[in-house]
Amino acid sequence: MINLIINDIEVSVASGSTILDAAQKLNIKIPTLCHLDLHDLKMVNQVASCRVCVVEVEGRRNLAPSCATPVTEGMVVRTNTLRSVKARRTVLELLLSDHPKDCLICSKSMECNLQSLASDLGIHSICCEGEMSTYPIDNSSHAIVRNLDKCILCRRCETMCTNVQTVNVYSAVGRGFETVVSTPFDLPLSETACTFCGQCVAVCPTGALTEVNNRSKVWDALRDPNKLVIIQTAPAVRTALGEMFDMEVGTLVTGKMVTALRNLGFDKVFDTNFAADLTIMEEASELVHRIEHGGTVPMLTSCCPAWVKFIEHNFPDLLDIPSTCKSPHQMFGVIVKTYLAKKLNILPADIVLVSVMPCLAKKYESARPELSNDDIPEVDIVITTREFGGMLKEAGIDLPILKDEEFDNPLGESTGASIIFGATGGVIEAALRTAYEWLTKKTLKNVEFTALRGMSGIKEATIPINGMDFKVGVAHGLGNARRLLESIRDGKSHYDAIEIMACPGGCIGGGGQPYHNGDVEVLHKRMEAIYREDRSKKIRKSHDNPYIKKLYDEFLGEPYGEKAHRLLHTHYTKRQKL
Amino acid sequence: MSKIKTFAELQEIRKNLENRISLRKTAGSKDRIIVRVGMATCGIASGARQTMMVILDELQNEHIENVSVSQTGCLGFCDVEPIVEVIIPGKPSILYGKVDEALGREIVTKHIMNGTLLEDIIVSRSFETIK
Amino acid sequence: MPNYRMHLLVCGGTGCHATKSNVLVNELKRVLVEKGLENEIQVVETGCFGFCEKGPIVKVYPDNIFYIEVQPTDALEIIEEHIIKGRKLERLLFVEPSLNQKLEEQLDMPFYKKQLRVALKNCGFIDPEDIDEYIATEGYHALGKVLTSMTPDAVIEEIKISGLRGRGGGGFPTGLKWEFTKKSSADQKYIVCNADEGDPGAFMDRSILEGDPHIVLEAMAIAGFAVGASKGYIYIRAEYPLAIQRLSIAIEQARDYGLLGNDIMGTGFDFDVEVDLGAGAFVCGEETALIKSIEGNRGEPLTKPPFPAQSGIWEKPTCVNNVETFANIPPIINKGGLWFKQIGTEKSSGTKVFALAGKINNVGLVEVPMGTTMSDIVFDIGGGIRHDKQFKAVQTGGPSGGCIPYSQIDIPVDYDSLVSIGSMMGSGGLIVLDEDDCMVNIAKFYMEFIIDESCGKCTPCRVGTKRLHEILTKITEGKATEDCINHLVELSNTIKDTSLCGLGQTAPNPVLSTIKYFLDEYKAHVIDKHCPASVCEALLSYTVVSENCIGCTACLRSCPANCIKGAPKEIHEIIQSDCIKCGACFDICRFEAIIKK
Repeated sequence: MINLIINDIEVSVASGSTILDAAQKLNIKIPTLCHLDLHDLKMVNQVASCRVCVVEVEGRRNLAPSCATPVTEGMVVRTNTLRSVKARRTVLELLLSDHPKDCLICSKSMECNLQSLASDLGIHSICCEGEMSTYPIDNSSHAIVRNLDKCILCRRCETMCTNVQTVNVYSAVGRGFETVVSTPFDLPLSETACTFCGQCVAVCPTGALTEVNNRSKVWDALRDPNKLVIIQTAPAVRTALGEMFDMEVGTLVTGKMVTALRNLGFDKVFDTNFAADLTIMEEASELVHRIEHGGTVPMLTSCCPAWVKFIEHNFPDLLDIPSTCKSPHQMFGVIVKTYLAKKLNILPADIVLVSVMPCLAKKYESARPELSNDDIPEVDIVITTREFGGMLKEAGIDLPILKDEEFDNPLGESTGASIIFGATGGVIEAALRTAYEWLTKKTLKNVEFTALRGMSGIKEATIPINGMDFKVGVAHGLGNARRLLESIRDGKSHYDAIEIMACPGGCIGGGGQPYHNGDVEVLHKRMEAIYREDRSKKIRKSHDNPYIKKLYDEFLGEPYGEKAHRLLHTHYTKRQKL
Repeated sequence: MSKIKTFAELQEIRKNLENRISLRKTAGSKDRIIVRVGMATCGIASGARQTMMVILDELQNEHIENVSVSQTGCLGFCDVEPIVEVIIPGKPSILYGKVDEALGREIVTKHIMNGTLLEDIIVSRSFETIK
Repeated sequence: MPNYRMHLLVCGGTGCHATKSNVLVNELKRVLVEKGLENEIQVVETGCFGFCEKGPIVKVYPDNIFYIEVQPTDALEIIEEHIIKGRKLERLLFVEPSLNQKLEEQLDMPFYKKQLRVALKNCGFIDPEDIDEYIATEGYHALGKVLTSMTPDAVIEEIKISGLRGRGGGGFPTGLKWEFTKKSSADQKYIVCNADEGDPGAFMDRSILEGDPHIVLEAMAIAGFAVGASKGYIYIRAEYPLAIQRLSIAIEQARDYGLLGNDIMGTGFDFDVEVDLGAGAFVCGEETALIKSIEGNRGEPLTKPPFPAQSGIWEKPTCVNNVETFANIPPIINKGGLWFKQIGTEKSSGTKVFALAGKINNVGLVEVPMGTTMSDIVFDIGGGIRHDKQFKAVQTGGPSGGCIPYSQIDIPVDYDSLVSIGSMMGSGGLIVLDEDDCMVNIAKFYMEFIIDESCGKCTPCRVGTKRLHEILTKITEGKATEDCINHLVELSNTIKDTSLCGLGQTAPNPVLSTIKYFLDEYKAHVIDKHCPASVCEALLSYTVVSENCIGCTACLRSCPANCIKGAPKEIHEIIQSDCIKCGACFDICRFEAIIKK
């Protein structure tokens, strides 16, 4: 332990702690901006570039960045001297002098760290106005908008993209005032290896990185009398939406969410969870098929579109191992535009299917050319949890006071297996619940595979099935995925099935979820909510979902059969590394 | 060049290389001896270049560093060429005549190294350097 | 092997190369062959003699004659007159202005008289492309000595005794740096030679590498032995092609001799060196940024701690020293730390190499004992101010340093004295300014450099220096108020206080030191809207002096804005409202009838 004194108060902290850590222990608040420590995710943005957190340290010539200065024995720190407060203000004013002042109409307004810091420090005029940097807006992709005029060079996006996700799309280029976070060769994001996981957006403190906003498209559809507007909601959305309405973190708002969607004017409110059960039927069948017919193992899950794009760019030689299953929300789209359209006797072109997702990559996925049929996309519009919450606010719908309602049928019923898709390890756990029973022809008593849960970057479990050791691996965060895949490619490890999710924590930590501002506890609570919902379900195995059985009976035929294959499976494309 | 295997080997190599730069190192020192060889047409015709070369060779053999050998124009004693002038600081400069190769070597070994003049072939003793 | 009786040393530094010294070398060799003297007379292309102002330099050994400004066309005459006839060429001798006398020998020249060459001892003395010449000057003996008779601790102790401090600018004790690196345990450590010299007007390190590359290699190997590293990198900017070429030759030769590589001199010590080319970013002179750049990343600094001695290249302990620092190591090992300690001042031992530039007579490279006064450097060695103008200031430390006014000219040049008056040693650039230099404009110039060279990582340096530059521009344009000066000071202090690396922490020094010593000039700009040095265009006006104007119409015809009125043989007049201040009239007038102020 290291002893030091901050603002005349003694404190002991572990060796290796920073001044900021020690101050937090004393509940002394030091403003920060570039700093972000997502310790569970091994993401520490400690570039110390913004210089907002500077403090005075006795015996030191200049001010110390508290976020990156390790404590030393006997250190004497002052966080609120005139010198440090003044310096902080000047630094912030410098940042603001090169930042647009259109906060009122900024998509990040009220959620912007820079804005709240300026407010906290009471900055109402700027000492040094001057030239401002201007860059063209990059809205080349379906998922992410880059408005670098609003970038403060905190480099969180770079840390996330490079260190955590190992996608390496962002890097600072240029010098001095011309410095900008850029893509390789300044290519538009759509032409890079960006996976659109949206983790950069999730950590961006300002409006420099935001999602492509599809709210107006949804409004237009809702107002179109000639369209049947259908909504599907991903499992992770209901665990986080409440946060936008100041509800306690981890509150499940499934019923209220359904009510809110009806209030918004959606004609049908369905659940992506239904399609998650469908995915399990196909994926478990594929797994059983691969095992029984000596196909390629491991089989990798393919629910996560960012992960799919990642493997296409980075492991084009391994494209035979992911499952060919489409992701749940795309399967859902197919079912809506075929089965449901027929059932409702309506042309697919007259249906607008909207997905509410915790994810930015789903926006990209829905636009993939192979995922549309005769120019009619399987999914028409994707909005994030954040956009959805915003629409409710816009419409004056106060989520917390709403009554609970049920999803519409037939595509609203789901099992406990489908809800856990929202957390890391959930997809493979759900698949195991089904595959186990199919392979062993026995009933699985304990459906909870706890070894596959939690925030460890790479998890694994060995399950005895028919006297064989069935080895399962889970990775979340693309950096962990890369490590896992490399070990498989190098023959260093063997698995039968692997789940990979691009976002740390899985979909609950998706790039489209309400901002958690570095509080990893939020992810834990969302995860708990997921498993709570699972436990509350009567049916916890996908193959027991009666509506799924009916769907196969009435329409699809056999799981993994010819029709299912044609509608619910896809193929992958080799892409360049850059 | 093969690799240097020991420090001693490096020091040995250095000893052999020293003359490469000794000329520069001792330049400007006040006790430098100057040997001038008359190298006008008459001098060259009577073998002054060979004389100069043997002097250089002998200096090298004897590891003598503080001697400059330069050539000069006609000194007017055409009948006694090759002419060699030896200037030792603080002493009268000596002008030798008819210095063939053997005598050239003797100038080094006797006059320069031991201060013994080759009386037989002295053409002139300069007065300029007498105090 | 030919037994040469005479050596012609021709400066082959970049400065003399630029004035065709390489052509001269070829010409000398050609004439020697023509005269049949090629086996008697050796032509040696050396590193920098330092007297760049008067290059190309030829020095004749053993006669010790120093020729200046030698053109290729002079080769024949030098050989016919000096070599063959033994008569020196009076017309190529240096004329000392203060004595108005021709000087034959280098050491008679005031430029060399007050110098003491330790780091530059072989520059202008040996052929840098011939390892034999280096070995002949005791080269690699210091390495042999440490490998055969010293322990790593003893080497570090010797360096500590010498009091050697980093010559790259910061002045951190070299021995301590080595000790820290030695104490960090790791399976691999690295030695880095920082040759990313980037101060405007500085060329000390380049000259050492061009003139004596082996001394740096030898020193790196010694450092490697002392700290326990087997691999060295020389990080050099790609703009130094000659230095890179000579380094590469030197490395090859050293490897051929087994003085780099495995089992050096049979002692079991392995050390090899790789040249790493930088793209010339100024910030890569900062050691953590340099390390990032070697790793292949964008060169930008990291917060310290951890220091490179703990975690450097690939997170391994790394010892980074500058070229000149290394050049001092072999002499210290050969002659002892105490010998070195006796040179210079108590806290700044040894010598320092400076690159003299600006409005000074003897532009060039000099090496003086620490503690030599600035006045000695500028007026005695440097030969004073060009064209007999008034001295105004000398800028030291490059963009991180400050301006020293005449009132401080007697300051001894050492690390601590310079810092005490708001400047710093820096890597050794000295730029002399005269009455025609506007100090606000000088501050602006350095800030312009900084905003181009800041890595852009931290806010104060990225945005703050930009704002400083904008305020300075306002002042030079006459658009500023007195408040702006206070604002400059406040912002400068914050930038110093909050920037991440040494570049930002020192970036405002040129502004602060010019305000400190030349406040009147700033005030003249903001209050009187007047530039005393007549530099800031927006504050200048050109007018006709009636008494001197003879009505020749030259100015009228040269004016691109047609704003000069007047008939032949009548006094002309400049219409101020139309004048674009291009200065064409001023330049063309032969009667001093146009003044600018």
